[in-house]
Formats: sequence, C-alpha cells, structure tokens
Amino acid sequence: MKVAYSDVLVVGGGLAGLRVAIGAKRRGFDACVLSLVPPKRSHSAAAQGGMQASLANVARGAGDDEDVHFQDTVRGSDWGADQHVVRMFVHTAPKAVRELAQWGVPWSRVRRGPRTAIVNGEAVTIEEADESHGLIAQRDFGGTKLWRTCYVSDGTGHAMLYAIGSQAVGDGVPILERREALALIHDGARCHGAVVRDLVTGELTAHVARATVIATGGAGRLYKVTTNALICEGLGHALALETGVAALGNMEAVQFHPTGIVPAGILVTEGCRGDGGLLRDADGKRFMPDYEPEKKELASRDVVARRMEEHIRAGHGVKSRFGEHLWLDITQLGRRHIDRNLREVAEICQAFLGIDPADRWIPVRPAQHYTMGGVRTLHTGQSPALRGLFAVGEASCWDLHGFNRLGGNSVAETVVAGMLVGEYVADFCADTANDLEVSTGLVREFVERERANIDALLRRRGRESVRALRAELQQVMTDKVGIFRTGADLEEAVDWLRQLLERSRELGVSNASTGSNPELVDAYRVPRMIKVALAAACGALARTESRGAHFRQDHPHRDDARWLRRTLATWPDATATLPSLSYESLDVRAMELPPGWRGYGSKDHIEHPDTAARAAEVDGIRARHAASGRHALQDALMPFAERLPQRLRGPNERVRQGYG
Amino acid sequence: MSERRILTISVLRYDPRVPEQRPRLQPFRVDEADGMTLFLALEEIRDRHDPSLQYDFVCRAGICGSCAMIVNGRPRLACRTLTRDLPDAITLMPLPVFELIGDLSVDTGHWMRGLTEKLQAWLHSDAEGLSLDALEERMDPELAEEVYELDRCIECGACVAACGTARMRDDFVGGVGLNKMARFRLDPRDTRGDADYYELIGGDDGIFGCMGLMACNDVCPKDLSLRRQIAFLRRKMARIGIG
Repeated sequence: MKVAYSDVLVVGGGLAGLRVAIGAKRRGFDACVLSLVPPKRSHSAAAQGGMQASLANVARGAGDDEDVHFQDTVRGSDWGADQHVVRMFVHTAPKAVRELAQWGVPWSRVRRGPRTAIVNGEAVTIEEADESHGLIAQRDFGGTKLWRTCYVSDGTGHAMLYAIGSQAVGDGVPILERREALALIHDGARCHGAVVRDLVTGELTAHVARATVIATGGAGRLYKVTTNALICEGLGHALALETGVAALGNMEAVQFHPTGIVPAGILVTEGCRGDGGLLRDADGKRFMPDYEPEKKELASRDVVARRMEEHIRAGHGVKSRFGEHLWLDITQLGRRHIDRNLREVAEICQAFLGIDPADRWIPVRPAQHYTMGGVRTLHTGQSPALRGLFAVGEASCWDLHGFNRLGGNSVAETVVAGMLVGEYVADFCADTANDLEVSTGLVREFVERERANIDALLRRRGRESVRALRAELQQVMTDKVGIFRTGADLEEAVDWLRQLLERSRELGVSNASTGSNPELVDAYRVPRMIKVALAAACGALARTESRGAHFRQDHPHRDDARWLRRTLATWPDATATLPSLSYESLDVRAMELPPGWRGYGSKDHIEHPDTAARAAEVDGIRARHAASGRHALQDALMPFAERLPQRLRGPNERVRQGYG
Repeated sequence: MSERRILTISVLRYDPRVPEQRPRLQPFRVDEADGMTLFLALEEIRDRHDPSLQYDFVCRAGICGSCAMIVNGRPRLACRTLTRDLPDAITLMPLPVFELIGDLSVDTGHWMRGLTEKLQAWLHSDAEGLSLDALEERMDPELAEEVYELDRCIECGACVAACGTARMRDDFVGGVGLNKMARFRLDPRDTRGDADYYELIGGDDGIFGCMGLMACNDVCPKDLSLRRQIAFLRRKMARIGIG
C-alpha cells in the first residue's frame, strides 16, 4: 500500500483550494493540493463578471460599506444565510481584493472625469472623482443596492486564478494534477485523509493528513443544461456524504443563471445586465419592468430566472429549433464598451453563435449555475460532525448564500473563505490535540474497499451504458428539480433517482484498462452523483415553502414560521437508497437583520413568531446607539469580530470615509 | 439550410502505456448537428462508438485552455471549433511537444508548471506584508487594461505546438513564456528590471531562440499580440546583452 502524508490535504485546485493551501503553507504547514485537472483549468476561471467587495471607489458606489453589502447578501439569501458568516465575509472581502492586487490581479481601475454609462436603458453621465483615480473600479450587479462588483474586464475569475495559481507555484505548494479523491479515510469521528486515484496510471494512494479540505466546487453537472464545467460533478459533496457522518446543507438550493446562451448553456455574465443590457421577448419588448418595477433586470438571479420562465410560459418566448428562449440585448452599450469590458462575451457569441453582440441580440434562457448547498461546516470551515474535515468555497455550506447567491459573491467567497479557512486549518494543525493517530489497518481498509469497487466495475459486464445512466440523471434533475417545482414532480424525481441508484450498483465497463479510462471514471462517479442528486431532490420535496431559488408552485410562500431551518442530509447506511434528513433552526433572536421583504420579488411571506420582537429590539438598539458610530452599534447588534483570525480584524479604509 | 453532412473524424489513437500497439488513425462517422462543435462531436463518438477515447475538455467554452489539439494540421481549441467551418473529413491529433497521456490527451499542466518555475512567472512585489486594510495602490487605468490584455493567456499550448524552435529545443519557453515575461515587465507592481528578465530569458531557450516564424501569433486562440511582444522583448534584451 502506497501512503503519502502531509499536514493538510486540499481536494480541489480552484481559487478556494489554492488559497487555503497558500495560507496553511505560509503558516509553516505542509499543504498538498489534489486537482482533477491542471489547477489553472479549474472552473474558477469561468467567473466573468466580478467579485463583490465594498470598496466604494466609484461614484455609484458612494456610501457603500460592509453594512450595505451585508444587507444585500442576507436579502439575496432570502434569509437563509448564517448572518455571522455573512458579516465575516463582507468584512474580509475588501482585504481579499487588496491582497489579490498585491499578487498581481490587473483589476480594472477608476478613471477620473465624466463618462457615459447605460443605466435602466438610458445613457447617463457619471462623473468619477479625482480622488478615486487609479483605484479599483466597481460595476453594477443584480441584487445590490450600490455598485460593488470589482472586475477585470469580464475575465475576473481567470485573472484571479492565474494570480493565485502562480503564487502557489512561487510558494512551492505541491499540486498533484489528474488525481481524484475517491473516499475520505475516517473512523466516524475524525477524518484522516483520503484514498486518491491517479487518473493517468490508475494507481491508488492513501493520502494521510491531519486536516483534509474539500474544495471541489459545485455540482452543476447533475443537470443537463448548466453553465458549469464538465468537472463540476459534486464529487466533493459525495465524498462527505459517503462518510455517513458529515452532512450536506441545503442541497435543494440550486441557482439558475438568467443568461445561459441557447442551446449550449454557456454563461454570459451578469455584467451584461449590470452594464445596462436588457432582456427582451419575442416581440422585442423589454418585459422585466412589468414584473419587477424596483430592480427590473437587476433583481436577484432567482427572481429574474423565474420571471423569464414565467414570461415564456405566458407565450412570449422566441421559438427556435432548440426550444424557446428570450433575448439579451447589449447593443446599446456600443462596440467600444463591449470590446473593453465584455470581450469574453463577444468571443463566446462569435464562437458559439456566430453573432456580434454589438449588432445582434443574444438568445438566452436560464441554466443551472450554482450550488448553494454544500458540506455543512462551522464558521471555521470545519465539519461539526467529522473532526479534521474542512470544506471551503462552492463545495461548502458555512452558509453565506442561504437560498440564493448574489452575483459577484461566489469568486469573492472563494478567496475570502480561502483566507479565513486557511488560517483556521493552520490553527487546527498547530494544536497538538489534533495530532494524527491513525491505524494503518483503518487506512488499508479504505484503500481496499476502493480497490475492490474498481475491480468489480472492471470485471462486470454491465447491461447499462454508464453514459446513458448519467444522461438520465441529468434529465430527471432538469425536468423535475428545476426552477419551478411541485410535490408531484419531486416525488417522481425521488423514485426515479432511487431506481437509478439501484441500477448504478450493477454498472460495469466495456473497457477494462486499469489506467486512464474515461468510462471507468464515469462508472464510479455516477452512483456518487446520484446520491448527491437525491440529497437535493429529497430536500426539495420535504421543503414545503418557497425560498430564494427553491420555488414550490404548490407552496408559493416563504414560510418563516416553519422553514427558517437549514436542511441537513446524511447517508448513514451505505446500502440505503435515500439520505436521512434533519434540520437545524436559524435563530431569529440573534439576527442583525430580522426576516422581511427582500426589496424585490414576492411580498407575501409567512412571518416567524420571533420576528416582530427581534425587529423591535433591533430598532431599539439602533436608536440607542445612533450617535456611537457603526462599529459600536455592530457590537450591540450582533458581534462577530472574535470569530475572525486576529490579523484580519482591522477596519477597512475607504477613499471618502477613511477607516470610519 | 444545406443538407446534413456525415463527417468522417479520424482520431489518432495511441496509449503510451501499451507501446506494442502502434499509433494509428481511427475514423469515426458522425452525423453533423446544428451548432456542433468538436467537443460535441467527440462526446458523441465516446457515447456511440468508443467509450475509451481519451481527450480533455473542462469548460467547453473557450476559457480554460484544456482542449487544444491539432485540427486538420493546425492547433486549435476544439471546444470552440464549429464543425460547419471544417470540411467533411476532419483529422484530429494530439498537440506535439507535450507528453502524451493517450489519444488526444496531453500533459500541458506539468509543462506549464515547469515553465512558471523556470521563469519565476509570478508577481515579484515589495507590497507583500503591506496592510490589507489600507487603500490599494493606485494604477493607471490604461495600464491596467494593457496588463490584462497580456494576462489573458490560457496556457493552452497552441503557441508551443506551432513553434519551430520548441520542436527542436526541449527547453524553449515558447510564446506563452515570453508573453508572461512581457506581462510582468509591463506591470509596475513587479520589482524586477530588465537585467533580471535577461537572466530569465536572455538565452537560446528564451528570446534569442525564437526564429521569428511567428506561427504562435497566428494560432493563439486569444489573439494575444505575441509578434509585437516578442519583437519588443528581443530589442530590450539585446540592449542588456550588448550592455
């Protein structure tokens, strides 16, 4: 048995995983990263539009600070988020942007003087102040009160990933490419690392570590039409789920992005609408103001995606040979703006649609985009159920996004959580109480189990095609666990997925190569993907309300009285065909921002019994502290600073406000 | 609407772990569909004809640089190559220069990491350790755009595969490497000067190995201005070399 050791094993080489590894390494711990692909090919690179951080450098961002970012994020989450985590995040986001500037990200910068921008379909002149010249610029994004999204043209994720990826090389972080974690090694209480397969040679290694970090991104490939890369199959979610101990939180919370191009499902950034692009229907009519007079095209993604589908159902879709769609119109932004700030969009339109978006409208329809649910962790990133297991970024549910993530908060989360969890992982390793005590027998048992599973797949002549089974999974999820959900559809989905899971247990492959073998890879992944899909479908079936991206036509109201709770899915019995669901309540009495109307979307939620009392209490605290400054107010409302690593607690400077 | 074509896609098949089986071209027949890319065509081959076919796609949107291959003799990103722009007969080969994993899959990751280490291609800054709480350092907006222009490289390897020098010299840094140096050289946050860059690329494995054929410039899927960057760097480095 081949065994490797490091203090920290990071599974996943995207932004979040690399940032954790750098953080742990700089604190003096050995950190090793596993990546399915060369890390710079990770899906982080696909983030186009930007990263939210309340720098308030641009004129339209004046007055922005952590408080406004906090409120936007909580409202965006439809009150599903953990408000302490949101506070930690909005506080650290400006530091993350500034760190990345020090590491070489060529952030787009503010230029002093007047410029023309398109706001709400009209050309307006915006005057940027002298004092902001050369600072990092922000653009508008959905669900935000002010312009807060820092960007690098529309290649933000790429520029961030290249800066962090190169920094990791400079720091000498070992990155094992084309390696896949097949299972976590654990004893039911403590995680000891992972069984790792070399995707080229097929060799299995036991990688033993004191801290194991899941940073594998989302699970978009559970769906047929998704903006996600092919590697976003929810494999990290499955690693946690298959321990039987660690839980997945809120897997029913799945985001659909309004503007996937038809038919490929490739993303065009929210920056298109942020910069003034409009949605139009078959008649060329701009329809969003009719549905959402407040935020129009820039309501949160869940709301815009639902309104688009609603409009198509009402008969206003554009018919095409690929089904119905709507139009995204950015022609009014002009070629110069598109070539500078939306060039990736222009390239995608050219390559996949053969059109120039400066002249013609882009065919779009909502496509699966983001997995809000993930491995449930504490604010430190550590699983409360399995000591030594951490999760970070999209794969995690520490719970920043609740039931709907705001655009620009995902790449921001990767690096912010990476900074924070990197410190907490290092703290964990620094504590001798967390020294590794693991039996080689246990390690061998896990390696042998994975070896036996692979041998069985290679030996069996399966009756089923692996790829057909996966296609069926993706079809069920798209048809039954999509934007509009009903109890009847979800019951069907759960039944169907259970059958798929049983069928997947009989899978075999036609190609018996033990090394690089794409069919084998699919064969051992598909049953895991089905389990993750079941966690989503069962969570959605049980949740008889509508919150954020989870919309039940048969239960159209947000029901705080019954459902201000986080779904936890575990899989305690490996032979079962269903996960176990349990719930943890969110404490209204501890909330800084008690539940209310989001400022867009429906207004008819059912109130939690504690909301009125907490709202009155919050009003009272605000009144008493009106003169004492916002930091003192914060301590009275909902203190959070002690949860942050010491070196990240300082206040953030802003050009107009200083450190206030 | 023209008639539906049946494409013949010939793929180089070879598994370096089974060297006794010689490399061969295997033809597959695929019904062309609307908007079909080489990604979709290869997925169909895997679905219908041969599940063992090896290739690398990640983003399938022209962003990640995983899928460069030789398409009818020219390096291209397969994911954003539409079959309608190609003739009925299509030949696909793996990129040369890089280590072959199997069929169309090559190990660009290892090569690019080696390049990054060799050229120390990360920002060398004295800002490290500065407060993250304070306002960021200012940067000229035009200059930031120019840096991003060069930062757009996706390390797909097309420039290396098309490079005459890279075919003759294992250690040549290629268009990708020279572009990285141009990128850091332009960035005011990087503290290195031309004498430092000369140490990194002032030899035959760097700027003076380039024969000026400029295929890199022609095949770059991101339209990076490699010709201009190489010409400019060569002049700057020659000046240092002459001293």
